[in-house]
Amino acid sequence: MPVTFSSKEMAAAEERCSRGVSVGIKGVSIAFGGRTVLENFDIEISAGEFVAIVGRSGCGKSTLLRSVVGLETPQTGTIVVGKVAEHVKEHNRKPDVRVMFQDSRLLPWRRVLPNVMLGLEPALMPQARRVLAQVGLAERADDWPANLSGGQRQRVALARALVHDPNLLLLDEPLGSLDALTRIEMQQLIEDVWRSRGFTAMLVTHDVAEAISLADRVILIEGGRVALDDVVNLPRPRTRGSARFAALEERILSRVLQRRPAF
Amino acid sequence: MNQHQKGPAFKTQLRPSILAKQALPWLVPISLLIAWQWTSSAGILPSRFLPSPRAVVSSFIELSASGELWMHVRVSTLRALSGFVVGGGVGLLLGLLTASMHWAEILLDTTIQMVRNIPPLALIPLVILWFGIDESAKLFLVSLGVFFPVYINTFHGIRSVDRGLLEMGRTYGLSGWPLYREIILPGALPSILVGVRFSLGLMWVILIVAETISARSGIGYMTMNAREFMQTDVMVVGILLYAILGKLADLLAKGLERYWLRWNPAYQRAQ
Repeated sequence: MPVTFSSKEMAAAEERCSRGVSVGIKGVSIAFGGRTVLENFDIEISAGEFVAIVGRSGCGKSTLLRSVVGLETPQTGTIVVGKVAEHVKEHNRKPDVRVMFQDSRLLPWRRVLPNVMLGLEPALMPQARRVLAQVGLAERADDWPANLSGGQRQRVALARALVHDPNLLLLDEPLGSLDALTRIEMQQLIEDVWRSRGFTAMLVTHDVAEAISLADRVILIEGGRVALDDVVNLPRPRTRGSARFAALEERILSRVLQRRPAF
Repeated sequence: MNQHQKGPAFKTQLRPSILAKQALPWLVPISLLIAWQWTSSAGILPSRFLPSPRAVVSSFIELSASGELWMHVRVSTLRALSGFVVGGGVGLLLGLLTASMHWAEILLDTTIQMVRNIPPLALIPLVILWFGIDESAKLFLVSLGVFFPVYINTFHGIRSVDRGLLEMGRTYGLSGWPLYREIILPGALPSILVGVRFSLGLMWVILIVAETISARSGIGYMTMNAREFMQTDVMVVGILLYAILGKLADLLAKGLERYWLRWNPAYQRAQ
């Protein structure tokens, strides 16, 4: 579904365009009960960048994301989420970090609009309605989450994150449980809001094609370390059918699967 | 319930099946009532043993006309509800406390679990000694009985709140009271309401026993008093009143569930 923005919103987006913050992860090690998940892990993400993190199940990619937002505490190392740039109008310089989880984690006892407004002042309701309209669910504002489809729930979760105008959006396999068509729709939506708002995005995913179609950079984690860090130099919006897309996908996939590249 | 039945075939089946569904549950009680009345009028069932339904109805009319019945009902209901409010309130608060604060659990939970295994009715001799046959004796017994189901289910409800939602709440900056109000309490509510329904049943059971043993008013007193004079019809009225009041309490709890848990598909009315 195409997302449309009014000219006023576009102008506001221009101003917001540099609202992304940098993320510096240095020497981070995380272990659970003796099993090392991340070992002396380093990555630098610049402000406004869209980074996808791929890897096999249990490689520590979700743990990395969770430690950026403080849900896990690394045993060693530092994670620094940069300050908001000086020219961005903001009440404080503390960066706003939001997460979208694999399951929507909507409050089942709140209707859609109050879910979007979680942790928001009641006066900001018009803003919440506008964001809900942006994700195409304006008319479902008064429904219970239980009556939405999986894709719609994830869109509400996206709206809930976006209404805070985050500086950094963490996406923890948010499309993992959606059907193929809804997935493509949601990828489009996420790319659109990222381009119009300019936040920094970190996407954890299993799906290499999804990573390539959305990200500026694809990072492969293996054995708790960065195994591959590739810049995706394809013009947006990206078409999956293109030869360069396919070549890049093949290259990363064969690295994941430990195959010898076919080219 | 009938969501799987769709299409035109459904419509023709609908009417008789709904009628049968409405009538069927009443088939057995009504047949029993008819049999009861018939055996009484035929003289098979002596009224000393069990009065006829007609005698029960006329005794009910007589008692309610004199106002005696309503006085007893009012007294019993007041006792039941005040005991429920006190015991349920304390159970809710302590349940919230022990489930949320680790030190409170360590301090109190063992004690509460030990006391829980004492049937409240086993305390009746002591309670009579402490409070006499005063109102406070009934209040104490009902409160004690009602306390445990509410306490245990509140504790369990809070402990089983979805971890994922708590995590999400924290990333949205919720902590303290807002986290409680938005996530913990609503998440525990289904379990708390199970405790409430359980207590409402227990509330009448304990009150009936307490009133039959020691009271100067209330439905239990009325029933026991009637036994002294062999007024079997009044006894049956008293027993039926308990059934009706118990059913009303259950309806109230069901109504609360339906309202508070209306977000839950299990409690949404079929459209």
